[in-house]
Amino acid sequence: MRRQFCDAMLKRAANQKMVFLTGDLGFMALEPLQKALGERFINAGIAEQNMLSVAAAMSKTGMEVWVYSIAPFLYARAFEQIRNDVAFHALPVKIVGNGGGYGYGVQGPTHHAIEDYGVLLTLPAMQACIPVFDEDLDAAVSWIAANNLPTYLRLGRGEQPSDFQVPLFQPWRLLVEGNGPVVVVCGPLASTYIETVKAMEESSRPNLWAVSVLPLALATPPPEMLRQLAKTGKLIVAEEHVQRGGLGSELTLWLAERGLSPLRFAHLYAMAHRFERYGSQSYLRRQSKLDPLSLQETLYSL
Amino acid sequence: MIDNDYMSELTEIKRLASRQKLLSMHFHAGVGHIGGNLSSLDVLLVIFHDILHGCDRFILSKGHSVGALYVALWSTGRLKSDDLDTFYKDETLLAGHPPSWGVTDILFATGSLGHGFSLACGTSLGMKLQKQNGRVICLTSDGEWQEGSTWEALIFASHRKLNNLTILVDHNGLQGFGRTDEVASMSPLWDKLKCFNVDVSVIDGHDIDVIRKTLLQPQDKLHLIILKTVKGHGVSFMADKMEWHYLPMSEAQYQIALAEQERL
Repeated sequence: MRRQFCDAMLKRAANQKMVFLTGDLGFMALEPLQKALGERFINAGIAEQNMLSVAAAMSKTGMEVWVYSIAPFLYARAFEQIRNDVAFHALPVKIVGNGGGYGYGVQGPTHHAIEDYGVLLTLPAMQACIPVFDEDLDAAVSWIAANNLPTYLRLGRGEQPSDFQVPLFQPWRLLVEGNGPVVVVCGPLASTYIETVKAMEESSRPNLWAVSVLPLALATPPPEMLRQLAKTGKLIVAEEHVQRGGLGSELTLWLAERGLSPLRFAHLYAMAHRFERYGSQSYLRRQSKLDPLSLQETLYSL
Repeated sequence: MIDNDYMSELTEIKRLASRQKLLSMHFHAGVGHIGGNLSSLDVLLVIFHDILHGCDRFILSKGHSVGALYVALWSTGRLKSDDLDTFYKDETLLAGHPPSWGVTDILFATGSLGHGFSLACGTSLGMKLQKQNGRVICLTSDGEWQEGSTWEALIFASHRKLNNLTILVDHNGLQGFGRTDEVASMSPLWDKLKCFNVDVSVIDGHDIDVIRKTLLQPQDKLHLIILKTVKGHGVSFMADKMEWHYLPMSEAQYQIALAEQERL
């Protein structure tokens, strides 16, 4: 999504209030943006704490501020700066984390971002945008730019089948319809299930939903999903995020508060940093039982 | 930030009234942090009375000296006595560290050390990119220079030649649990700072005229001003004593402290 992100940002470059800060990341990707923005493209160096405070203060002066780095270098390294300087003042800084989930794969646990939106959404006014498809970036960037809240943008990689018609960017999207349980997936992981789910018999095929905006207060579960859930009583939430603080806990709480809890529930999530072996993003998804086969097994056993 | 109508030169009478007000606020609230407030009060009074104009902005990085900031705002007509009376009480706008909302002249909630310099950098750069006039002044503590983020900010400000930015260091030599030289010595701090492409001044942080003159010097790059100050300045039993980072005053101590102000 990095290239698509850069393309979307280029369209905003003419806005003289827009400024882009990077923590020394973007080689072979952001050069066009650097050229287009000139002095408004700021390589803040390898100093993320300073970069986030600078971003907050620039936002306070009236600029539209985007901050970019490898995701954990932002939300983990500079958490207090995001908390005190951005969130406490509800400043609409746009925090762009590359390598959402296990995106950095074999690079190892320091680069993985599997507690990012959970941690950030504990902060006041914070919202998260997790595009599913590379094609989402244009609309996602426009949506983030247009709203006035601090926002975390988690970049990953869409992996839908080549013949799949990508629906327009929305907080909730029904990707595949069926008569089975409801499967709600956060971000690009949803795109990896399309092929498998589509191939299932219609009677047992789940309704596959993708969520791209959190918290749910800003992305209310659609009535259609609630009707499907009421029919089967079965819900699976899958996310490339640790068990605590993610979509699984937020959605089940949201449903419980409204007396809509499912009869059966399963949560597929990132198994933290427990592995002794590393590998690609798809290897780590398999290890976490987030791969399509694991989803299918969960559907059968639910 | 400060309307010119409120500008009036800092006089000894206003300085004395501010010292009395600061002691009174802390005594009646029954709270500590008075030591670091007394070391910062003089420079804050100069900044708010004699330096800030129009679009100029100030950031208090050593948030634990917010009492002195409230007094400086009161002394220049930006806060009322009634406001100060709520200090540390339930429902107050005036929290024990700079609040994020509610006081126009306080831009950022600070109190966790190591944020203000970076916030000042962002303010300075944002103003420059938008071709806004005005300067940015930020007051740090000396202990705060143990925070890595402060050095990140120094690298940033130095590299970007932020010539509309002035960073002050309230160099009182004491921190939360010891003397800065004993906890993590960088002594002398100013020699380290001089290695960055910046202007460094080392001055008496309680000499009003010198502070004013130094702050009014034209600058073509980042200006760092070390204020040699005394924690608990002006109160004999508090001066240069670490415990006055924490202790509230007894009635007897408060009366002695007040009496000493008249003789300063």
